[in-house]
Amino acid sequence: MNGIRPHFRFERILAAASVFFASCGHGNQSAINSAGIQSEQLSNLWWIWLGITAGVYVIVMAVLNVAYFRVRRASAEAEPDIAPDPARERKVGNIIKGCVALTVVIMFVLMIVSFRTGRAIAAMPAAQDPIHIKVTGQQWWWQIEYIDEHQPSNNVTSANEIHIPIGRPVRVDLESHDVIHSFWVPNLHGKRDLIPNYPTTIFFEADEPGVYWGQCAEFCGFEHAKMRFMVKAESEDDFNAWYAAAQQPSGSPANDSEARGQQIFLTSVCTQCHTISGTPASGRVGPNLTHVASKPFIASGSLVNNRENLTNWISDPQAIKPGIRMPMNTYSQEDLNALADYIQSLK
Amino acid sequence: MNRWLALAIVLTALIAFVACEREERGFRVQTPDANRVNSKQLTTLQAGEASPLPAVKNEYEDNAFALSEGKRLFSQMNCTGCHAHGGGGIGPALMDDKWIYGSQPEQIFSTIEEGRPNGMPSFRGKLPVYQVWQLAAYVRSLSGLVPKTAAPGRDDDMQSRQPENSTEPKQPKTVTPATEK
Repeated sequence: MNGIRPHFRFERILAAASVFFASCGHGNQSAINSAGIQSEQLSNLWWIWLGITAGVYVIVMAVLNVAYFRVRRASAEAEPDIAPDPARERKVGNIIKGCVALTVVIMFVLMIVSFRTGRAIAAMPAAQDPIHIKVTGQQWWWQIEYIDEHQPSNNVTSANEIHIPIGRPVRVDLESHDVIHSFWVPNLHGKRDLIPNYPTTIFFEADEPGVYWGQCAEFCGFEHAKMRFMVKAESEDDFNAWYAAAQQPSGSPANDSEARGQQIFLTSVCTQCHTISGTPASGRVGPNLTHVASKPFIASGSLVNNRENLTNWISDPQAIKPGIRMPMNTYSQEDLNALADYIQSLK
Repeated sequence: MNRWLALAIVLTALIAFVACEREERGFRVQTPDANRVNSKQLTTLQAGEASPLPAVKNEYEDNAFALSEGKRLFSQMNCTGCHAHGGGGIGPALMDDKWIYGSQPEQIFSTIEEGRPNGMPSFRGKLPVYQVWQLAAYVRSLSGLVPKTAAPGRDDDMQSRQPENSTEPKQPKTVTPATEK
């Protein structure tokens, strides 16, 4: 038995360690897999902290082990040794003073490194001509508005999906409609809170194309965990093509089924909350659906955008995200199919 | 003595459970049948012998979550656009004792569903029926007609009047639009 136990324990430690390291690997939602200048600073800071604190941990554990194994053990009967030993007291006192001084120095090093990182990030936003995006947090989704200060008719309203061109700074104004949320795309920057009636701003820049996941990072109610969003960093040309498409209103239905679906949409509860530009539907309580079919995910990144998920979502959203604003809807199978046809045509 | 203490503790604990249903949150509610509204009668005058008006109980009036949902819908569906936060403006006030089309839950339900002359739009088909019931419950809380234990206690934004749960019940009386002005 004794021969097996250490081996077994070692395996468990190895398994736990591999889980730990897998979680901080090359994910597209990882603070140490930086894709922009801000997050690069932050991940550098993270590695410095990890190195120093790991070193401190190793030293402390080593000293603790030495103290434990080298202690002079007295027998239970012997008189306790309480005679003062001035030479030893002095030696121990000096070691302690040295350790305190070293700790203070390490703390100052960490503080200065953190301060320099914060200052470096704060100095970056000054770049000219940033993409201007307004993000409004709501329970439990993100409203994304592209603001064109020179030409307001170019503004685009979308939800849960941010497209940005690489190599160009992005300014995101953050607001909340209800409670405090927090905007966090780990690959691009740290967190910034969205506070009701208190606008905040965050600047970042992506240098590598890719899809990066964002997440609400401040507990905001039932579906906090399913309040995700996607940042797609792409080349300037791809971004411009997407932006031009996003400005277009929805097209007219291509066939009878889509026309029927549009009619159902416009004459039922959908229009009270959702906007589809190019139609009379102009509700502003829920996400804008003008180009919903072009998105890879629905329900704030919690469902892949396919037909099955879409119909389940329309008929019983409360089973998927209990507590959200969208009510259950009872449609006949035929109507539901037509509605899905129409929504899937909103490219 | 100890037995009395134990009894007191048990009774106190029981009191704590009394309020459980007040907070109950029904997310997957079955839409109540609109036919439950069996009275759309707007006047107390009846032909021939008077028969009692059937009363419809709106379960949502005892439920804090449903009332707060009604309150949220009240601003999200832009009721505030005409009725303000109960004080009225373009539309009649809802926090007073005057009712043109009736103060009963099913009458308010009908008012929202059917719309009324002179500006009240019909929400038929535009809101799920259960949400109209939530709205109807909230509308009654504005003049203190729902239990104070369940009525909302504050606004999400700046408080513009007494909270619903501090509103004294106002005895409803029927008015015509002309006398109301």
